[in-house]
Amino acid sequence: MSSENSTLVKLNNAGCKQNDKWLVEGVSLTVEKGKIVTLIGPNGSGKSTTAKIALGIYKNIEGSVEKYTNKVGYVPQKISIDWTLPLRVYDFMLLTENIKEEAIDEALTLTGVIHLKNKNLGNLSGGEFQRVLIARAISKKPELLVLDEPVQGVDYTGEIALYELIKRISDTLNCGILLISHDLHTVMTATDHVVCLNGHVCCSGSPMDVAKNNEYKTLFGEQASQILSVYEHKHDHVHSDKGEIKKN
Amino acid sequence: MFDDFFIRALIAGLGIALVTGPLGCFVVWRRLSYFGDTLAHSALLGVTLAYSFELNIALSVFIISSLIALILIQLQKKTNLPGDALLGLLAHSSLAVGLVVIGFLTFIRFDIMGLLFGDILAVTTDDLLIIWTGGAVILLVLKLIWKPLFASTVNYELAEAEGLNPDRAKAIFTILMAAVIAISIKMVGLLLITGMLIIPAAMARNISDSPQKMVLFSIIGGLLSVLLGLFSSLEFNTSSGPSIIMASLILFILSLLNIKQSIKLKN
Repeated sequence: MSSENSTLVKLNNAGCKQNDKWLVEGVSLTVEKGKIVTLIGPNGSGKSTTAKIALGIYKNIEGSVEKYTNKVGYVPQKISIDWTLPLRVYDFMLLTENIKEEAIDEALTLTGVIHLKNKNLGNLSGGEFQRVLIARAISKKPELLVLDEPVQGVDYTGEIALYELIKRISDTLNCGILLISHDLHTVMTATDHVVCLNGHVCCSGSPMDVAKNNEYKTLFGEQASQILSVYEHKHDHVHSDKGEIKKN
Repeated sequence: MFDDFFIRALIAGLGIALVTGPLGCFVVWRRLSYFGDTLAHSALLGVTLAYSFELNIALSVFIISSLIALILIQLQKKTNLPGDALLGLLAHSSLAVGLVVIGFLTFIRFDIMGLLFGDILAVTTDDLLIIWTGGAVILLVLKLIWKPLFASTVNYELAEAEGLNPDRAKAIFTILMAAVIAISIKMVGLLLITGMLIIPAAMARNISDSPQKMVLFSIIGGLLSVLLGLFSSLEFNTSSGPSIIMASLILFILSLLNIKQSIKLKN
């Protein structure tokens, strides 16, 4: 398969202005099938905005977005649901697409909330609701998953399990994932491509390249060096130029 | 047996209740009750224009209400005024213009009370045709846009991100609102049509735990309101619109009692 065909969404120098102020500008990135692209950056650096540009939620943008799929699953960072609506978890799962009952059950089981299927959405805790949001996004078997802080409010063990699930979904469904996360550790271990934002693209590349970048170090400071230590553990071997392993 | 006019009123009222039930749920969910009011107020202008140019009342009301909805959308884009102020502005100015125009039409004898509060005597066989075909079209269109409309009611960005085109659904829904007001204005009257949209839906909200159930109960509540209202208007010689709304109010109060009882049973 050529690289053209596997592209799901492509941003070319994209940006978005609000009240004459740039929310984010000059972002270029590509999400391909089976790949996880992660956006990192401090608060207000334009991560969610970039995701919304990629999804086509923002209409008046600079640059261009090319989207090659309509099978999209989205977990937004903030979601305000109006409780004038009587809405069960089950109804919510069917919100944007009519999915088979088995697929709903499967997704809810994977995220560990199958017991909440007939509960009113308004009665869920933050973490439970977050799991339902992820279940809804994956139950559609999307080609493109956009996850904006998907595990916020989820307990620590759940967090790890959900990230493993996300990685597994990317492999089994061969879908592309655009992930926004504050958890640098997760980002650096599970991602194919990292884009570091701070109103513009600070640096981007493989997790290792980004971790070594000076701008990234300035942005994340001490935290960044901790993550580096994950990589710069003591090697009992060295890699030759050709990638062969030589024992020390 | 009942007189012909009463049978016609009954058929008309039941047709209207079938349509206001589901539409009313969206009015409650999307917090559009004042918007419905505004469209209904502007309907008076539509009625006067119908008399002036000898147009069909439903058609004329539909055109004017749609026009007012379009003006509202434009004003929202071009001014910084809050939505409710714009709605009030449009509601009362279109009502005023309508009343002034009536003043000029001295050659026509108007039944203002009938216009404001509904008149079962006014329902003709042609009206029945308009209500039932118009109603069927409204329901069909609502069914077609249900998915995007409902999804964007829950969350706009999810609907937009997952390719459902919520803006188009919203525009179509606005037109449906104008249409339901147009077909029911004679029966319920322009001051009370919003009540027909909201009260059965509000009653249904009290007793349902899923959107489908709420729509179903809202329709049933509307049908019961029409039956109760019309029979009591015949019995007590009251206007049809207020009687129907009062019946729906009674159902709403009953739905509140039902909640209290079920809580007691649980405890």
